[in-house]
Amino acid sequence: MSDITASSIHGGVGAAAGARFHVSGEHHPESGTLLGFWLYLMSDCLVFACLFAAYGVLGRSYAAGPTGADLFDLPMVAVNTSLLLLSSITYGFAVLEMQRRRLRPVLAWLAVTGLLGAGFISLELYEFAHLIHEGAGPQRSAFLSSFFTLVGTHGLHVSFGIVWLITLMVQVGKHGLIAENRRRLMCLSMFWHFLDVVWIGVFTFVYLMGVLP
Amino acid sequence: MNHLDMQSLILGRLTWDAIPFHEPILLATFIGVALGGVALLVALTYFRLWGPLWRDWITSIDHKKIGIMYIVLGLVMLLRGFSDAIMMRAQQAIAFGDAVGFLPPHHYDQVFTAHGVIMIFFVAMPLVTGLMNFVVPLQIGARDVSFPFLNNFSFWMTAFGAGLVMMSLFVGEFARTGWLAYPPLSGIAFSPDVGVDYYIWSLQIAGVGTLLSGVNLIATIVKMRAPGMTLMKMPVFTWTALCTNVLIVAAFPVLTAVLALLSLDRYVGTNFFTNDLGGNAMMYVNLIWIWGHPEVYILVLPAFGIFSEVVATFCGKRLFGYASMVYATVVITILSYLVWLHHFFTMGSGASVNSFFGITTMIISIPTGAKIFNWLFTMYRGRIRFELPMLWTVGFMITFVIGGMTGVLLAVPPADFVLHNSLFLIAHFHNVIIGGVLFGLLAGITYWFPKAFGYKLDPFWGKCSFWFWQIGFFFAFMPLYVLGLMGVTRRLSHFDDPSLQIWFQIAAFGAALIALGILSFIIQLVVSFVRRESLRDTTGDPWNGRTLEWSTASPPPAYNFAFTPLVHDNDAWHDMKANGYVRPLDGFIPIHMPKNTGAGFVIAALSAVCGFALIWHMWLLAGAGFAALLAAVIVHTFNYQRDFHIPADEVVRTEGERTRLLLAGHV
Amino acid sequence: MPPLKNLRRRLLLLPAALLAGCNTVVLNPPGDVAAQQGHLIVVATVLMLLIIVPVIALTGLFAWRYRQSNRDETYAPDWDHSTQLELVIWAAPLLIIIALGAVTWISTHTLDPYRPLQRLDAARAVPAGAETLTVEVVALDWKWLFIYPGQGIATVNELAAPVDMPITFKITASSVMNSFYIPALAGQIYAMPGMETKLHAVMNRPGVYEGFSSNYSGAGFSDMRFRFHGMSAADFERWVQSVKAGGGALGRAAYLQLEKPSERVPVKHYASVAPDLYDAVLNRCVDSSKMCMDQMMAIDAGGLGSANAYRVATKAWRSGPGDSLARPYVEAMACTADNPEGKPVSAAVRATQ
Repeated sequence: MSDITASSIHGGVGAAAGARFHVSGEHHPESGTLLGFWLYLMSDCLVFACLFAAYGVLGRSYAAGPTGADLFDLPMVAVNTSLLLLSSITYGFAVLEMQRRRLRPVLAWLAVTGLLGAGFISLELYEFAHLIHEGAGPQRSAFLSSFFTLVGTHGLHVSFGIVWLITLMVQVGKHGLIAENRRRLMCLSMFWHFLDVVWIGVFTFVYLMGVLP
Repeated sequence: MNHLDMQSLILGRLTWDAIPFHEPILLATFIGVALGGVALLVALTYFRLWGPLWRDWITSIDHKKIGIMYIVLGLVMLLRGFSDAIMMRAQQAIAFGDAVGFLPPHHYDQVFTAHGVIMIFFVAMPLVTGLMNFVVPLQIGARDVSFPFLNNFSFWMTAFGAGLVMMSLFVGEFARTGWLAYPPLSGIAFSPDVGVDYYIWSLQIAGVGTLLSGVNLIATIVKMRAPGMTLMKMPVFTWTALCTNVLIVAAFPVLTAVLALLSLDRYVGTNFFTNDLGGNAMMYVNLIWIWGHPEVYILVLPAFGIFSEVVATFCGKRLFGYASMVYATVVITILSYLVWLHHFFTMGSGASVNSFFGITTMIISIPTGAKIFNWLFTMYRGRIRFELPMLWTVGFMITFVIGGMTGVLLAVPPADFVLHNSLFLIAHFHNVIIGGVLFGLLAGITYWFPKAFGYKLDPFWGKCSFWFWQIGFFFAFMPLYVLGLMGVTRRLSHFDDPSLQIWFQIAAFGAALIALGILSFIIQLVVSFVRRESLRDTTGDPWNGRTLEWSTASPPPAYNFAFTPLVHDNDAWHDMKANGYVRPLDGFIPIHMPKNTGAGFVIAALSAVCGFALIWHMWLLAGAGFAALLAAVIVHTFNYQRDFHIPADEVVRTEGERTRLLLAGHV
Repeated sequence: MPPLKNLRRRLLLLPAALLAGCNTVVLNPPGDVAAQQGHLIVVATVLMLLIIVPVIALTGLFAWRYRQSNRDETYAPDWDHSTQLELVIWAAPLLIIIALGAVTWISTHTLDPYRPLQRLDAARAVPAGAETLTVEVVALDWKWLFIYPGQGIATVNELAAPVDMPITFKITASSVMNSFYIPALAGQIYAMPGMETKLHAVMNRPGVYEGFSSNYSGAGFSDMRFRFHGMSAADFERWVQSVKAGGGALGRAAYLQLEKPSERVPVKHYASVAPDLYDAVLNRCVDSSKMCMDQMMAIDAGGLGSANAYRVATKAWRSGPGDSLARPYVEAMACTADNPEGKPVSAAVRATQ
């Protein structure tokens, strides 16, 4: 039972007073896309946190097998790292060009980013293949299981990022730098830089600390 | 490639042996389900409902429809989870001495695992998510959630996860590990069959849905509140929904990660949780409970929110201590991350670690207790109407506090050493889940049903349901407290001590009463539908409610509000009614709305295909399924035409219809 | 004051008395550690009833008094705040939790399963230089193995100990997580493969008590039960002698047989036990072709270099009809005169070329 009286139902005199309780025109709530994507990214960060934790607990359980010092090729990891960090810079240039609404430069910098990312993934796949060939695959010990999973999950994310990047390049090429595409470019930007930050964690805690006794 | 290789390439390890032809109970169930399913399909075809089903429900991105579908899913799965419970109670009541009962361990162990998994993941979670989905946008004066397509997709992921669990009944079998599947038992060495794989993939698929739902509702509450509704003017249910979804986003990734590690151990042969090459099973226990404890708060916080709304409405009073309720909820949210070790005090951590977690667990009872007192003092000097939601609430207040007490008891580590994994523990968590979560959900469903469907639920059958549940609960679980104090442990399918039998028989009687409670609820739904004209709600505000959802029609139009409300105070609708609110009758404008889409259903279905293929090692199908999934996602992103406008004259028609209804109700 | 103290003791015992008729062993056990733990349950319950009883009473009272049909009572629809009341609402539970927290901290440290006993019961401390009994416990699928290193015997599914003698249990498992629990004696603790947990307890009354696993471990879980016999010192000696007279030797081969899955296993006695058997079980190298875990961990701590990364051989697990799962393990080091560092054969051969 509510208190709406017959007269108020007919509108009339009370209409002006009623206006205090509603927005008369169209109400556009703020877009939640960037917040939503950020929240998803933080949840992804938590997944990585769990993988780092697993590596923290199991990272010295070599099962009398090869250790990080035995396996890690730091010069190659340095090259890999530079490729990834560079790709973050090139993505940054793409965003700058996006803000200037310059379509061709955006596509160009995206392409460079994609190539650098692909280079990163190729080197990583080569590293994995080499380790497996040496008998140091993920089944050998808990250390190797957690190494492959942490680094591999990061690589999987980069791979999905590259697929997304290519898709977005097609969509930007097709529809131009409309608002929807600019939002998507910002989301991919967050994703890409996030992966960069995770990689810095990986190469510090896994590679650099892993070669220490 | 010879015949055998071709078969294993395409079918993996799926063979005719997977179908339980020689299990009478399963066969009978399958026949029943098949017949019922066929009857349903025939009815849908005969009444030409396929079109409306696809257009108005399956592809709907309307939060109200999605909320209703979640609740339907939860209630259907309640029947399955409860059948598991009845089977357990029956087995435990008769399997003494030479009598082995009717469930050998091979089946009994699947039944108790499935019971836990289904009740938590496919009953409680969907019911909670469904209610939050339906109510929150209405309570904050919004037209929908922030990401309507994602909402639809989340639902279908949950539904297909439930589908996979149900499939395990008829194709293969389910896990025999308990609902949390601890390794090494759940590892490939000790559970080589498909059961644990069904467990992993159904939870991973449903988990994606839940996580995205969490992101969705947080963004909705943060970004889409009506103008004037500051955080401290939100309804308490919206506050608890916000905290719940924060918990979801912060906890479910841990579940995803730990199940992924278990599946790597099983599929690839990694050594996260194995015994011999450096693995550590204790790591799994820690990670799974880091998820598991926040999970139970994900279940109970919305229930607390429901009680806050119900108490204020049916006592005709402002909720006592709004600010303190909000702070208590936030404190509970944060503290729920600091208690997880209390689930395994007996795993051998030292005394200091155990005491720390015991004390943090006790500290959580303080804000929880504050909430109970606040509800009590809302009742004080109120004018209490004992409609059904209020009955459930009073039942909760008496039942839940007992469960809370036994929880604090278990939080004392040395006491836990003698009670861990005993029937006392089982009684405790059913006490808080049934007394807290289930009673809250039933209160919420009864409270918001008229809003969703335009008519109230039949009170007589509702009261039957309530009393059967309330009394049944005590008969079913108080004996379990006694049995725990007699030193009886959980998950046993056979006993030797005859002095225990009477307690199990009393518990079985309690389960039978609860069965009557569920039956009464089903009857209530049917009777209410049949009598819906006499139970009709024409005003949209059948309970003299206080929050914005009661300002809309019952059921609300697709766009919820013709004009976005402007909020000035807590209990916004109550404020509007008290201050001369007049419903606008003209000046309607076109309304911007999202379009329905089938993409969510398709992508979720492909995920389920992938999951099924991975379970049965059908690598070809898994690969193809995954590629199709990726393609479907990419194709969907090429769809830029996702919205439309409801034309102004349609709004005029809809609002005019409501005006007529309101007038008719006042004659 | 004596009357109050009596009353308090009677109140504390009330729940126990109410349930005494049901043999609630958890509340009234004959073992001292379990008795202290059961006592804690009663203390915690009484502390919390201080809040719970008023809450339930008030719920009933308010529901009745403020029902809509009762027009005599005041109706205060806008009364929603009272700082004083909030203070009480938050402070009362806080005080109870502070009390309970203190009890928790102290009792958790006193009753830490790893802590050797300080007392035999409420009246007697452990005498200086008192004899203790050590029992090594292995949770198998689905039975319990008890090794008595001091007596050199072993049993399956039967445990015996002298009354009033502190017992030290060292506990491990062979395959999956179990939980070692004798409700009459002391609280439980998990039994985990490759790991050792400890429990200290004492039995104060002779008798036969139930023991079992309280962590689900698979198909034979419901029947994974044993009897614990508390007996006088003399009776215990007699029991040890009877086991020794009964014959049977538990060496590595016999253990590997025992380890295979079996259910409803009858009581077995072994007159002698290989002295290094428990250590081998704990380090998962009863099968001597496997590297022991302590050796593995020592290697991990020191590092051997990838040239010496041990070969991972695979072995069929639980060989028997239908079991064809290969499980990897690290080969044991085999030091010989030609291979003094115990390198695996292939690496040793490489080194000589």
